[in-house]
Amino acid sequence: MRLKTLTRISTLACSAVLFGTALSAQAEQTLTVVSWGGAYGAAQKNHMIDPYQKESGTKVLFEDYSGGIAEMKAQVESGNIQWDVVDVEVIDLERACSEGLLEEIPRDILPAGVDGTPAADDFIPDALSSECAIGNIVWSVVFAYNKDTIGATPAASVQDFFDTSKIAGKRALRKRPQVNMEWALLADGVAAKDVYEVLATPEGQARAFKKLDTIKKDIVWFDSWSQAPQLLNDGGAVLVQSANGRFYDAIRKEGKPFEIVWDGHVFDLDAWSVLKGTKNKEEAFKFIAFATQSKPLAGMSDVAYGPTRKSSTPLMDPAAAPHLPTAHLDKGLRASSEFWADYGESLGEKFNEWLLK
Amino acid sequence: MTALTLDEQQQARRAERRKRWVAFAFVVPLLVFIILSFVAPIGAMLYRSVHHPTVAELIPQTLSQLERWDGQGVPDEQTLNVFTVELQALAKERLSGKLAEEFNRAYAGMSSVVKSSARKLRRESPELLAEQGASKLLAMHKRWSEPELWFQVKRAGQVFTYDYYLTALDMEVTADGGIQSREQAQIYRQLYGKTLNMALVITLLCALLGYPLAYFLANLPDKKANLLMILVLLPFWTSLLVRTTAWIALLQTNGVINSFLMGVGVIDSPLDMLYTPFATVVAMTHILLPFMVLPLYSVMRGIDPSYLRAALSLGAKPIPAFARIYFPMTLPGLSAGALLVFIISVGYYITPALVGGTDGQMISNIIAFHMQSSNNWELAAALGSLLLALILLLYWVYDRFVGARNIKLG
Amino acid sequence: MAHPAYYGIWHKLGSLLLKSSSYLVLLFLILPILVIVPLSFNAEPFFTFTEGMLRLDPAAYSLRWYEQIFTDPKWLLSIKNSFIIGIFSTILATVLGTCAAIGLARDEMPGRRFITALLLSPMIVPLIITAAGMFFFYSKFNLAATYSGIVIAHAALGTPFVIITVTATLAGFDMSLVRAALNLGAAPVKVFFDVIMPLIRPGVISGALFAFITSFDEVVVILFMAGPQQRTIPRQMFSGLREQINPTILAVATLLIVLSVILLLTLEWLRRRSQHMRGIEN
Repeated sequence: MRLKTLTRISTLACSAVLFGTALSAQAEQTLTVVSWGGAYGAAQKNHMIDPYQKESGTKVLFEDYSGGIAEMKAQVESGNIQWDVVDVEVIDLERACSEGLLEEIPRDILPAGVDGTPAADDFIPDALSSECAIGNIVWSVVFAYNKDTIGATPAASVQDFFDTSKIAGKRALRKRPQVNMEWALLADGVAAKDVYEVLATPEGQARAFKKLDTIKKDIVWFDSWSQAPQLLNDGGAVLVQSANGRFYDAIRKEGKPFEIVWDGHVFDLDAWSVLKGTKNKEEAFKFIAFATQSKPLAGMSDVAYGPTRKSSTPLMDPAAAPHLPTAHLDKGLRASSEFWADYGESLGEKFNEWLLK
Repeated sequence: MTALTLDEQQQARRAERRKRWVAFAFVVPLLVFIILSFVAPIGAMLYRSVHHPTVAELIPQTLSQLERWDGQGVPDEQTLNVFTVELQALAKERLSGKLAEEFNRAYAGMSSVVKSSARKLRRESPELLAEQGASKLLAMHKRWSEPELWFQVKRAGQVFTYDYYLTALDMEVTADGGIQSREQAQIYRQLYGKTLNMALVITLLCALLGYPLAYFLANLPDKKANLLMILVLLPFWTSLLVRTTAWIALLQTNGVINSFLMGVGVIDSPLDMLYTPFATVVAMTHILLPFMVLPLYSVMRGIDPSYLRAALSLGAKPIPAFARIYFPMTLPGLSAGALLVFIISVGYYITPALVGGTDGQMISNIIAFHMQSSNNWELAAALGSLLLALILLLYWVYDRFVGARNIKLG
Repeated sequence: MAHPAYYGIWHKLGSLLLKSSSYLVLLFLILPILVIVPLSFNAEPFFTFTEGMLRLDPAAYSLRWYEQIFTDPKWLLSIKNSFIIGIFSTILATVLGTCAAIGLARDEMPGRRFITALLLSPMIVPLIITAAGMFFFYSKFNLAATYSGIVIAHAALGTPFVIITVTATLAGFDMSLVRAALNLGAAPVKVFFDVIMPLIRPGVISGALFAFITSFDEVVVILFMAGPQQRTIPRQMFSGLREQINPTILAVATLLIVLSVILLLTLEWLRRRSQHMRGIEN
């Protein structure tokens, strides 16, 4: 039977295609930078990504994620590293760092400030406190309402967020325990300075969940900060949690009638870090050194996020000053990176069980 | 008919064998390809659900010390000293987080205890810990002195384990070695139940909507039937994400349906339809309906309508005639469609993830959650294996009664 | 249909009911898809009809979302990737699947039932399981987050469709034609391309179309395995739907609907051709 030859030829064809496919997959050399998208992402693109691409000639793939350490962990542990530089919330940073997901960033890559101050003195201490990251912005988790639709009694405090008899309607929260647990305790009368101490006890955790129970049926959960302004805009919720900069941007750029409530805001840093095991480590450091210079940091005031270098202050848009988290520190609570490093996992689990209940 | 000589028989057999090899040779490239690219990955995942060496790699010496422990009270001082030395070393290498995660899986709530203890231990000198680590450890947190913890740690140190299957079935091992239902929430069994339930509802809806439609189309003149079939085939060929997008546009708070209903004054305030189980069921019924209509239609097209007509003309009542004569003839199509719809919907991920909200999630979504968010890959593998076993059982049924070769497309 | 005399009033009522309910089901099938098309021309960033749209005010309609697709580098990369991955995985799936279908169609094939079931299983196993397994396995060989890895994965998912469609055209195929041609001294390659190929071509092409659409529409494997550089259209839509819903997605969806109409017409044409060639009258 001469079909045998035919077989051989088809096998050959099959393997030729396989080979051709493998060849076609040449990878382009690029740096993948991952951040939060939306208004914040746009500001970073303007002041950090685009200027860097121009200066260095490296092509930057600028991607969005919705926070948390899970994706980084999956990449590091499976050895399938896709990201190079990540903008991490400091609330997640200590955990990511202690679990070995991030590279240590040498301090000597940081240039002096625009006024000549050495980097070590120019950065606020919190920005350099972790060996795995360089602080990028100071920002805050706040909630806001729509002035046109809120009715006669606007929300004024974090207590009001949990008070459905005072303000009826849906509340939108990001689907995770961080900040929500803190708010529940604040609203339940725990003083800001005691929040993390109480939250470290089983009783305190139960107390927070009990407080969250009172509004559970009124909560709309979202995954990513960028969904939040949209929810407020289209009436999906009356009181919406988000990063202060996202509301600020919607108010300033799109003229939305939103009002930010600063009471009980949880302020935090965001920091640039480098995923462990990336092939582009040196390039990643170069990018971070570039992006944390005085001028790019000052640009973050476009979305009302405070710079982490003192030398950036004079370069900022003065109109943004009253909207920065630093102008409201007395009403706020500092997010504890250490607490969430220890409790992030177990509270995350409890939180998911609570959600399914 | 003349008998073949021995030689001829042999020749015939050889020719037969050659033919087999030729046929097989055509299949080999794909067979190898599928085994390497598809079967092996799934096999590796199944292996992961029972093979978990992490703890054994992280604290090997503690585990060998624990061999001596009789399970009564707290392990002896030497064991705990060794443990603190290992924990300190892990903390320095930034691996204590990983150990904390493992301990937390074995014994809920341990993550924060391990992490805070590891941070404190980092400052101590290893020599001191080798001597007095135990007392320091026990002073750091009272949970270190719970015997149950060390029992579970010892279990977690086993390289091969069926514990993830227990977790996937909401069961746990007690300190005396027995197996019992977990005291906390029964998450997974409930979720499997809900998934099967939803798949069943979707299958029934598809059958209810699809059967009459297929019957109607099958009894139309060719031209018209072909024209109307386009309305079935277009959704079939349209991207799944497009169809899901469409349902989001229709169902959301300010979506098309709510605006319409409010516009005509049926309701005053928008209904919550998106992000509910209802949304999952509706969208999936829409997506899977063609899988029901197509096999039914092709079976019904082949049935001669004169059977039914003959029965009717012989005086049979329409409904019994339909039930006894026509319906049994359509059963192959109905069972093919129903099994296909059921199999696909049991394992569905994308649509529930996008329109289902918290309550409209199915088992696939929790597998994805453990893959991507909680990073409990072993549990994801165990849950996935159970789902796979279910699907393979259904596939076997399908192959037996319908024949995998008879799957029709378009 | 003309109703014979023995059809009573109930029967007429019944068939009216059948007809109306069937049309309702057809509407249920097609309306959600058609709704997307006008919405994609919305001038406002909403997922619903504005008053202006209902008044057919031209100012309420715009092409801005289409413009956004073709100016956003992420969408452009996704479109490029979808086609690259789709085309390569289709070629791979079609060649391998066609070879296998020819072998499987032969009665001498040993273990035919089991092998067929095995080769068709990528179609049946839930994608979440396939994707999870592939993620770990391909990562080990540095194939995750590469074009080759995704092409291979998608080809594996596409082959069952090729087998099914080619097998269907082979069902009426007479192997003695091949034997005759070989006995007459034709070279095997020539036999393949001159005798077998023309007869199974409709099946091969429609199988290839299925394989292409499988890859083109696939998102779960991409979600787990692909890196940012291999982002495809469905992946981009998925994250858009999860995070920031805006009508760009509706515009993309409309384009995809147009694509599926084209595919459907091609398939219909192939089906007619295949029936014509095999002399079957419908």
